[in-house]
Amino acid sequence: MTEKIILAGFGGQGMMLLGKLLAQAAMVDGKYVTFFPSYGTEVRGGTAVYHLIISTEEIFSPLIEEADILIVMNQPSYQKYKDMLKHDGLLIMNSSMIKPDDSPVPEAKTYKVPATEIASKLGNVLVSNIVILGAYLAIKRLFSTNQILNQLNAVLKGKKSDLFTINKQALESGIEAINHSKTC
Amino acid sequence: MKLLLTGNEAAAEAAIQAGCRYYYGYPITPQNELINYMSVRMPEVGGTFIQAESEIAAINMVYGSAAAGARTMTSSSSPGISLKQEGMSYLAGSELPCVIVNIQRGGPGLGDISASQADYFQAVKGGGHGDYHTIVLAPSSAQEMANLVYDAFDLADKYRNPVLILGDAQIGQLMEPVEFNKKPKKNLPVKNWALTGAEGRERRIIKSFYPVKGQLEEFNAHLQRKYKLIEEHEVRYEAINIHEADIVLVAYGTSARICKEVVKKSLRFNFKVGMIRPITLWPFPKEITRKLSESVQCILTVEMSAGQMVEDVRLAVEGRCPVHFYGRTGGGVPTSSEIIRKIVEILPDNSEVNTLLQLVEAK
Amino acid sequence: MQTIYEKPKTLIDTSTHFCPGCGHGIVLRLIAEIIDAWGIRGKTIGLAPVGCAVLAYNYLDIDMCEAAHGRPPAVATGIKRVHPDNIVFAYQGDGDLAAIGTAEIIHAANRGENITFIFVNNAVYGMTNGQMAPTTLPGQRTATTPAGRDSANYGYPIRICELLAVLDGTSYIERVSLSSPENIRKTKKALEKGFTTQLEKKGFSLIEILSPCPIYWRMDANESMKYIDEDMTRIFPLGVVKDWTQKN
Repeated sequence: MTEKIILAGFGGQGMMLLGKLLAQAAMVDGKYVTFFPSYGTEVRGGTAVYHLIISTEEIFSPLIEEADILIVMNQPSYQKYKDMLKHDGLLIMNSSMIKPDDSPVPEAKTYKVPATEIASKLGNVLVSNIVILGAYLAIKRLFSTNQILNQLNAVLKGKKSDLFTINKQALESGIEAINHSKTC
Repeated sequence: MKLLLTGNEAAAEAAIQAGCRYYYGYPITPQNELINYMSVRMPEVGGTFIQAESEIAAINMVYGSAAAGARTMTSSSSPGISLKQEGMSYLAGSELPCVIVNIQRGGPGLGDISASQADYFQAVKGGGHGDYHTIVLAPSSAQEMANLVYDAFDLADKYRNPVLILGDAQIGQLMEPVEFNKKPKKNLPVKNWALTGAEGRERRIIKSFYPVKGQLEEFNAHLQRKYKLIEEHEVRYEAINIHEADIVLVAYGTSARICKEVVKKSLRFNFKVGMIRPITLWPFPKEITRKLSESVQCILTVEMSAGQMVEDVRLAVEGRCPVHFYGRTGGGVPTSSEIIRKIVEILPDNSEVNTLLQLVEAK
Repeated sequence: MQTIYEKPKTLIDTSTHFCPGCGHGIVLRLIAEIIDAWGIRGKTIGLAPVGCAVLAYNYLDIDMCEAAHGRPPAVATGIKRVHPDNIVFAYQGDGDLAAIGTAEIIHAANRGENITFIFVNNAVYGMTNGQMAPTTLPGQRTATTPAGRDSANYGYPIRICELLAVLDGTSYIERVSLSSPENIRKTKKALEKGFTTQLEKKGFSLIEILSPCPIYWRMDANESMKYIDEDMTRIFPLGVVKDWTQKN
């Protein structure tokens, strides 16, 4: 099993954390994992892209040439990275901020999750990344909800521990969004 | 316990685990996670962290702490390493043990911040003035970064010599699971040369100035004897599928990861691709390279440079077989398909071309 | 028989490499006298610069470290951080401290490193045969200012003491000279004060010493002393510039 995931959004949408939670869950699960973050001059507000590879075998290049899964959080990320998705790949998008109709990816299995909207309703727009993470979990079932919650707990320990509840709600809302929706 | 760390963080934590308590650095992308990590960890372990006014000051602070007998480290990326060359020559000339990390980026000049292996010449041929060598270690994963940084402190102390870790932006930025399980090495020489204040003993001098005619030549002879010893005992490399290989790839660091993928793909076919991954770039694995040159059709060196390590490969091969080169520069990282196409191009016996082209398509 | 004068034990009995009339020998002797008198040979570590004083370790019987040109403040920082209870001093000339090593001295001062800097200013590069120094006086003839230092082209002498005194990290800064026995006694007092500053962990101290270089000033010894008193001190006034013991 090898899963090549590209995560993209604007800096501040929490793609780093999303990827790190998955990477850590994979690590704890005994899998090979590489997580290659974008770095450098454009951080806040610019497009941030992350390459995550999870595998049962040794991983060579951490750079993804063709993604199995593309998770995008905003319009520019979608436009910029949709061509990196393999033709029958899986596309998970934050439909609150993306209008895919302009240039659809024809054969990709697409899931639209209004993550920003859901997060706002929960009371904190910053957890939209965790909503998307929930959606991914519901689709791929690579990790259990508990495996991810354990990682969230580790990340949020200390000063941020009061944020655990809303993150848990976000994760559950993302899972629910998929379970109640149909594939497009 | 495994931790998910960038190569930069792995280097920093490994230094702490190895007993380094004096870190001096200056910010530069793509090694910032290292200096940032040190600024948090050093106070936690009662160590010293200074953000120096320049790379030059940082390497000279390292010089001071090394002279005082402590384990000490600095890190930077290519343009900053250029600035440190003066200090590195003095460290080698004064025989001071320390560790320097170079997370290479594109050059020349300000270049860019993406991965590169264009500082190879600078790293293994001296870089600064004078006849000297630093031991050069090249990790190809975050885990190996941790292991090699730990070993670097032992090697530095064992030989009273600076050790350079030659990584690149991808190795520095990449997050992978890392375990710290190295044990302290026993029987390292006592630092009976370190400056501590001459209480109850003869005074000690740390210097590299030999103004009396003949002394400097004698000192250089001593250095060369030491370097020979290092060449005899410290060569490290990883060899994969080299027995019965038709062609052997030579690559280090990030390039080696890609080459390994080519080797793995080739396992499914008749055509045999082997590989040598030098872990010590100086001393270079000459012996194994020379040996292989007698059994393979040709050698292909893959680098993220315009062709630097390939010169050392050719020196080792001494014309026994063709040595080819494939490289990307300016932030380009070779892909496995590019490397396979290059193999097709250089292969003396083209009966395998179709097989190989299948490899390009193989996932 | 009573001994009233003898060579300090810390001063090594060797022939000098300094030119006739040079001030370095005097300063090194003063340092040796203090080390003897205070009994601190076992805890003192000295830094030698690049320049005339590179061979300072030929004269002082203490642990010593060479540094690349201009880098003693950084190297001293590295040593002092490992041995905070030792006395660490850096011995630097004007080219070393005020030209090629300007960044290092300013930032060591700014960090308030608890180190004593002994800055020997003779307004010329002696080691390399008499070129212009950052402290060369306007009009002064050197190998690279054969017509005299023209400030329009070559700039002005740098006043290091005044420059560093404005930094919050500095504790004790004084300028002294070697032009007379009286001034040499004051120099010794200043050096003692520098070491005291360090022993009491009060931070950065620097003593600038105006020192003769008769060879490259093209003068005899007497004229050199007069040159210090009449010309150098006009640009580089003597006295305490900053002192932690005197609350302003």
